Amino acid sequence: MATAQGGRLVRDNAQTGDAWFHLLLAAMAAAVPLVIGTMVVALLVAAWPAMQRFAARFLITSTWDPVANQFGVLPFVYGTVVSSALALLIAVPLGLGVSIFLSELVPGWLRTPISFLVELLAAIPSVVIGLWGIFVLVPWVRTAAEPALQASLGFLPLFRGPPLGVGMLTAGLILSVMVVPFVVAVSTAVMRAVPTAQREAAQALGATRWETTRTAVLPYARSGILGAIFLALARALGETMAVTMVIGNVPQIRASLFAPAYTIPAVIANEFAEATGDLYVAALVYAGLVLLVVTVAMNALARLLVNRVVQGPSLIAE
Amino acid sequence: MQVMRVKQMALALAVMLLAGGVSSALAQSPVILNGAGATFPYPLYSKWSQVYAAETGVQINYQSIGSGGGIRQFIAKTVDFGASDGPMTDEQIAQAGGRVLHIPMVAGAVVITYNVPGVTTGLNFSPDVLADIFLGKVAKWNDPRLLQDNQKVALPAADIVVVHRSDGSGTSNIFTNYLSKVSPQWKTQVGEGTSVNWPTGLGGKGNEGVAGVVKQTPYALGYVELAYALTNKMPFGYVRNKAGQFVPPTLSSTGRAVDGALASIPQDYRVFFTNPDGKDAYPIAGFTWILIYGEQPDPVKGKALVSFLWWATHDGQKYAPTLLYAPLPKSLVGRIEKTLKTVTAQGAALLP
Repeated sequence: MATAQGGRLVRDNAQTGDAWFHLLLAAMAAAVPLVIGTMVVALLVAAWPAMQRFAARFLITSTWDPVANQFGVLPFVYGTVVSSALALLIAVPLGLGVSIFLSELVPGWLRTPISFLVELLAAIPSVVIGLWGIFVLVPWVRTAAEPALQASLGFLPLFRGPPLGVGMLTAGLILSVMVVPFVVAVSTAVMRAVPTAQREAAQALGATRWETTRTAVLPYARSGILGAIFLALARALGETMAVTMVIGNVPQIRASLFAPAYTIPAVIANEFAEATGDLYVAALVYAGLVLLVVTVAMNALARLLVNRVVQGPSLIAE
Repeated sequence: MQVMRVKQMALALAVMLLAGGVSSALAQSPVILNGAGATFPYPLYSKWSQVYAAETGVQINYQSIGSGGGIRQFIAKTVDFGASDGPMTDEQIAQAGGRVLHIPMVAGAVVITYNVPGVTTGLNFSPDVLADIFLGKVAKWNDPRLLQDNQKVALPAADIVVVHRSDGSGTSNIFTNYLSKVSPQWKTQVGEGTSVNWPTGLGGKGNEGVAGVVKQTPYALGYVELAYALTNKMPFGYVRNKAGQFVPPTLSSTGRAVDGALASIPQDYRVFFTNPDGKDAYPIAGFTWILIYGEQPDPVKGKALVSFLWWATHDGQKYAPTLLYAPLPKSLVGRIEKTLKTVTAQGAALLP
C-alpha cells in the first residue's frame, strides 16, 4: 500500500513538474514571436508618416533626396539583394569545399588549426573587416581584379565601366569573407555528425571518396547545410558597417558590378543619426521595414531554391 | 561558530557600506550635466569635460550621437543640453517649445582634398568650378576652367572621381550650404543639408571613409573637415574667397572667416557664415553650437550649465587650437556673454 501510494505521489509530482516545464518552454518559445511582433508594430508606428505619404511609390521609385523630402527605396533594395546574392554565390561553394575537406579529407593534425582560423575569422568585428576592405581589398580590386575581369569578361555588361575599387563587387567579396565562417562552422559540424557506418556502407559498394561524400554524407547533412546557408544569408543581408565602407554608397541601379551601389542597412546607419525632420526619419524606418520584408522573402526564396537543388532525384536514385 | 562569524562580517560590511553611502551623499552630490549631439566637436568637449570636472567637480557627460540625434533628444528634453553642427530649423524650435538658445562654441572648416599623382597641396579652386565639379559638369582634371586657375600645374586628362560623405554630417551641411551660396544651379537642383541627393560621385562613410577613397583612388577629389585633413597631412586645395583671393584652409584663415562674418551674424547666432567677407578669410567654414533652453527647469543644474558655457567660451577656448578648432573671436564672446546672462530659472537670472 505504502509503496504504491508513494509511487503515485512521485508520479503526481512528475506530472506537475512536467506541466511547469511545459509552460516554461512555451513561454520561451512565445518570446521570439513576441519580440518580432512588437518590433513590427514599433516599426509600423514610426514609419507611418512615410507610409501615408509615399505608400507604394516608396517601393518603386529611385530618388532619395532628403532636402526635397522625396524618398524611394528601390536602389537600396537592389543593392541589398544583389550584394547578398553575390556573397552567397562565392561563400557557399567555398565554404562547402572547406567543410568537406575538414570533415572528410583532412589529416587529423591539420583540422584543429584550420577550424580555429575559420572561427577566428568569424570573431573579427565588422568595422575591422571594413577597414581591411578600404585599405587592402579595395586597392587590390581596383588594380588587379577589376582590370582582369574587364580584360577577360568585358563583353558582359556585368564587368564594364571604370574600375573604381569601391562598388557592388567589392561589397559582395567582403560579405563573402564575413559569411564563409558561418557556412564552414555549421556544415563541418553536421558533416562530422554523419555516422561512420553511412560512409562505410557507401565504400563497401565500391564508391570513391567523392562518391561517398556525394551520396552518403551530403544528403544526410542536407538540413544542417541549409541552416548554414540561411545563417549566412541573414548575416549578409543585415551586415552594415563593412558594406558601407566599400560599396561606394550611391543609390543607383546599374548592370555593372563595378558601379557603386547602396544597401538598406547602410543608408539607415549612415543617415539616421543626423536625420532631422519627421518625414525623413519615418522614411528611414520605412526602409527598415522593407528590409524586414526583403529578408523574409530572400529566406523563402533561398529555401525553395536550395531544396530544389539538393533534393534533386538523382542523388536518391543513384 | 563559523556561521556566526560570517553573519557578523556581513552585518559589519553592510553597516560600513550604508554609512559610507550616506556620508558621501551628505558631503556633496556632484552636479551631472548630460548632453548629446554632434560628433565633430567631441574631442574638444571631452577635453573640456575632463578639465572642468577637475577644476569644479561638475561632471559633463557628452554623448556624440550626431547632430540630428542631439536635436531630437534636446526637443524631447532627455538631455540638459544638445549640440549640433547645424542650427535648428524654425519648425524644430517650435516643437521644442520655449526659448531655444544656440551658443557657438568653436568654428571649423571644410577642406578640399585630392589625389592627383605628381600634384601636391595648393591647387586653386574657384567657387563656380567647385560647384560644377560636384554637379558633374566639370568632369576632367584638364578642364579649361581648372587650368585657368592653375596655370603652373600640369593637370592630366583624367576623369575626376568625386567623393562625398555618405553619412549625414555637419561637414556636408556646411559644404552644401557653401555650394548653394556660390552656385544658383546647385541651390535649385541639390540644395543644402546633412545628406543631399548628390548628382555625382562616390560616398565614403565619415571623414576616414572619404579620406580612404581619396588617398587610394588616383584622380579622386573629396572634402573632409579641417582637423582631419591637418592631422592626417592630406593635400588640400586653396579656395577663392569673396575678396577674390585663393586662401589655404588653416586655423587662422578660419578665424578670419568668423571675423569677416561677424557683422552679419544674427542675434540668435543661427547662421552658416560660409563665403564671408575678408581678404584672408577661408570661405567654407561654420560654427558648432551647444543648444540650451533659455528658461532652465532646475536652478542648480541651470546654474552649473551656464557657468560651464561661460567657462567654455572663455578659459575653455585655449584648448581649441591644439585640438585644431578655430576659437571664437573676442568680440563674439562679448555678445555670447550677454546671451548667457539672459538665461533664467524660475524667473531669476542665473548669472549676475
